[in-house]
Amino acid sequence: MEFINTYLPYILAGISVGGQYALIAIGYTMVYGILRLINFAHGDIFMAAGFMMVYLSASMPLYISIPLVIILTVILGFLVERIAYRPLRTAPRMSIMISAIGVSYLLQNCAWYLTSGLPKQYPKIPWISASVSIGASTTTVVTLITPILTIVLIVALVLLIKHTKIGMAMRAVSRDFETSQCMGIKINSVIGITFIIGSFLAAIGSLLYFTNYSTVTPISGAMPGLKAFVAAVFGGIGSVPGAVVGAFLIGICENILKIKELDMTTFSDAFTFALLIIILIAKPTGLFGEKITDKV
Amino acid sequence: MDKKIKIIIYAALLVALFALLFILEQILPSYSMLFTVLKKGAIYALVAVSMNLLNGFTGLFSLGQAGFMLIGAYTYGIFTIPTEARSAVYQYFDGGIINFTVPVVVALVMAGVAAAIFAYIIGLPVLRLKSDYLAIATLGFAEIIRAVFQWKTLGPVTNGSNLLRLYPTFKSVLFPFAVSGICIAIIVLLINSSYGRAFKAIRDDEIAAEAMGINLAKHKRLAFTISSFFAGVGGALLAMYQTTIQASAFKSAMTYEILLIVVIGGLGSVTGSCISSFLFIAASEWWLRFLDETTYIGSFKVPLLNPGFRKVVFSIIIMIVVLFYRRGIMGNKEFSLDPIAKQFKKRFRRRKEVVGSNEQ
Amino acid sequence: MSSNIMLQVENVTMQFGGVIAVDNLSIDVYEDEIVALIGPNGAGKTTTFNCITGVYEPTNGCIKYRGEVIVSNYPQGKMKKQYLGKNNGLYSKVINPTPDQITILGIARTFQNIRLFKNLSVFENVLIAKHLRAKQNVFTATFRLNYREERRMREECMALLEEQSLLNLKDAPAGSLPYGLQRRLEISRALATDPKLLLLDEPAAGMNPQETQELAEFIRQIKEKYKLTILLIEHHMDLVMQISERIYVQDFGKLIATGTPEEIQKNQRVIDAYLGVAEDAFA
Repeated sequence: MEFINTYLPYILAGISVGGQYALIAIGYTMVYGILRLINFAHGDIFMAAGFMMVYLSASMPLYISIPLVIILTVILGFLVERIAYRPLRTAPRMSIMISAIGVSYLLQNCAWYLTSGLPKQYPKIPWISASVSIGASTTTVVTLITPILTIVLIVALVLLIKHTKIGMAMRAVSRDFETSQCMGIKINSVIGITFIIGSFLAAIGSLLYFTNYSTVTPISGAMPGLKAFVAAVFGGIGSVPGAVVGAFLIGICENILKIKELDMTTFSDAFTFALLIIILIAKPTGLFGEKITDKV
Repeated sequence: MDKKIKIIIYAALLVALFALLFILEQILPSYSMLFTVLKKGAIYALVAVSMNLLNGFTGLFSLGQAGFMLIGAYTYGIFTIPTEARSAVYQYFDGGIINFTVPVVVALVMAGVAAAIFAYIIGLPVLRLKSDYLAIATLGFAEIIRAVFQWKTLGPVTNGSNLLRLYPTFKSVLFPFAVSGICIAIIVLLINSSYGRAFKAIRDDEIAAEAMGINLAKHKRLAFTISSFFAGVGGALLAMYQTTIQASAFKSAMTYEILLIVVIGGLGSVTGSCISSFLFIAASEWWLRFLDETTYIGSFKVPLLNPGFRKVVFSIIIMIVVLFYRRGIMGNKEFSLDPIAKQFKKRFRRRKEVVGSNEQ
Repeated sequence: MSSNIMLQVENVTMQFGGVIAVDNLSIDVYEDEIVALIGPNGAGKTTTFNCITGVYEPTNGCIKYRGEVIVSNYPQGKMKKQYLGKNNGLYSKVINPTPDQITILGIARTFQNIRLFKNLSVFENVLIAKHLRAKQNVFTATFRLNYREERRMREECMALLEEQSLLNLKDAPAGSLPYGLQRRLEISRALATDPKLLLLDEPAAGMNPQETQELAEFIRQIKEKYKLTILLIEHHMDLVMQISERIYVQDFGKLIATGTPEEIQKNQRVIDAYLGVAEDAFA
């Protein structure tokens, strides 16, 4: 019992942060599945959502600001695709990836400009910021809500992909870009919708994540972004359930490393990358990924 | 143009450049912004060229540059801090465990070698990965390196998350120019050698390169190791320039910056990388500085000009380059005097013809 | 026919998942011969080439070059259960060289869809092929201590381009060449690796009868000049019948016929494979 009391908070925090990573990771995995692009700007869109919340909630009540943050984040994600990625559709893959890095740089610098680089206090959202106690340990409601909300959203997403027309179009495009274009699928709208879904989930992830961490800085999107990407690779990039499993695993592992007795806190970030490299070398396609072979 | 004359002209230009730098140092005050740009620009030129060797010439999309620079910087710092200063630097680790120093030049080479050895070791598994997977794996390694160097247990060597300082640095702008110049010259020689051609073949078509008898694993590893060697030397130079070393400064943002320099200069162009690194540094450190200062014209406050605006403008410029001038400044061509010489010749000939026709 | 055997493909099977692309195929190529491998589209001809050149690891079987085993494999791991081919258990050695090791042995190839180094010049394309036999290391090459070797490589390439009448195009980017010349350059590049055995994958693809005729002449010439043995895949029957001494016919991965051009032309199974057979013909 004592064992559980000591370590339960870490595991709970792990599950919670895992859920948040999962919400971001879906944005990565879906975009990669369709465009074969590591959307380096995705973590910064997540960060931008955090700042929007900081500024909007200062001047309006939460029941308006929260939906507004989600809408604005979706618009931001859509615009990034429209302006920075769509013109490069026929360019070599490296160009579009560099463009993504450029967007990430731009968003970080804009955030720095607006905030003068100072960390901003994230608003308290009543109810989900409240504390609850489980056994002898206390935690916040958001910790408990995150995994549930994540699972619900993901089930909805999987249903969307499996059973709707647009979902079918997405699967077709991710399977073969050119052919689906020939079949009359409107590539641009499919890609646009992918970015919209990704940004929507990132916005929700950001609400949950920053409530937990309480401050936002211009670079606070970079690390969660990278970790979510690792989660996506771990689960097999392009696979939504894979990304979710990977995200929970990474969240839990990194929090276990934060346990004081282990004295490994320095490595809690590095661990994620070590995991990434191991999985890439052992099974480059990830847990649920498909094998792609080059034709000679 | 005759090859010999060409060599003489280029050598003369090089001597003129160094003479110019020397004269500038005599007449301009040492705090002039120009020297900051020249010093940092020279260092970034080296790192950018080393990255271009991988991304532009071998077609390996690696994002580990900051990690290799970190190894270089630390190696340099650890082996050059004077023994008497060690107890001050390693104050939390009883003066550290290394109690000797090596000369600066030796330390620079060691910095490169250390980075190269590490690259050689991780190259074997990592280089089997393709394009974006390789990018993300090298990025991951750079992050791991950063964590390892901040690890307390290694404190006696790396000083943990504390600064390394008091090691020898340079004052004159000639030093980074000389070191970077030599390194870049070696890279250019490599690129134009038989091995450089093999690298370019791998970039253009891996399968065909293999069918031509080029051992992919060996050559990729070679390019990776050599690139890292020079990134390590660049890291050491950067440490000398900054006078302190801290692992937390070598973030992936640094790699991105270098990548953007390479792209702006043109993937596959050494001269492009050099030109763009000076432009990049000059723009970000000097020319766009005014954007950061709150300015009044009379009593009218110029809008937008606030700290941080420089970087916003700067990143917008970069996005414009990436989106609309995808080939960068030089594309994959090199800057050379030949077209200029040709232009001269043409004009000269035309004048002759004009003179000739007048005589008739 | 010389009795020296150059290449032996022995019972090679290549299975991708549940599909057998090459089925228990055996081919012998003797020194100084031109042998053709023909068959309808999707018969597994290019896959056979890829097995010989180390691009794929065959699932089962072995390949010998001048009597020495250069490739050998048997079903392992997952394939052990999935394997549908014949001769399981006949081989127990695993030798899976990479394509560059095969090229060093003296087997060069061209590709069905031309694979030149498009951004590099014609001259560099050929020069790259000399890299594998140059006596140098990265240090000597960088500091030009290999200048003799480098000069030799350049001279040989110039001579080669001269012969192939590509010399006037030597500084043009390979990608800018017209299609026919790209084919020719690809063959020249393969020749620059100093091969004994040359594998040509559909060299006449996309050529008109006139060009095909010229190609036939060209193949004969290089064969004489460089003392080559040639194995080629081709769909242009007039070219195949004209230059090859023996023909192997592959269909659905399997070898269905072998013989001289005359024999093949009369072979009923070959005709059926190409023209198709009414289903009830088997009944």
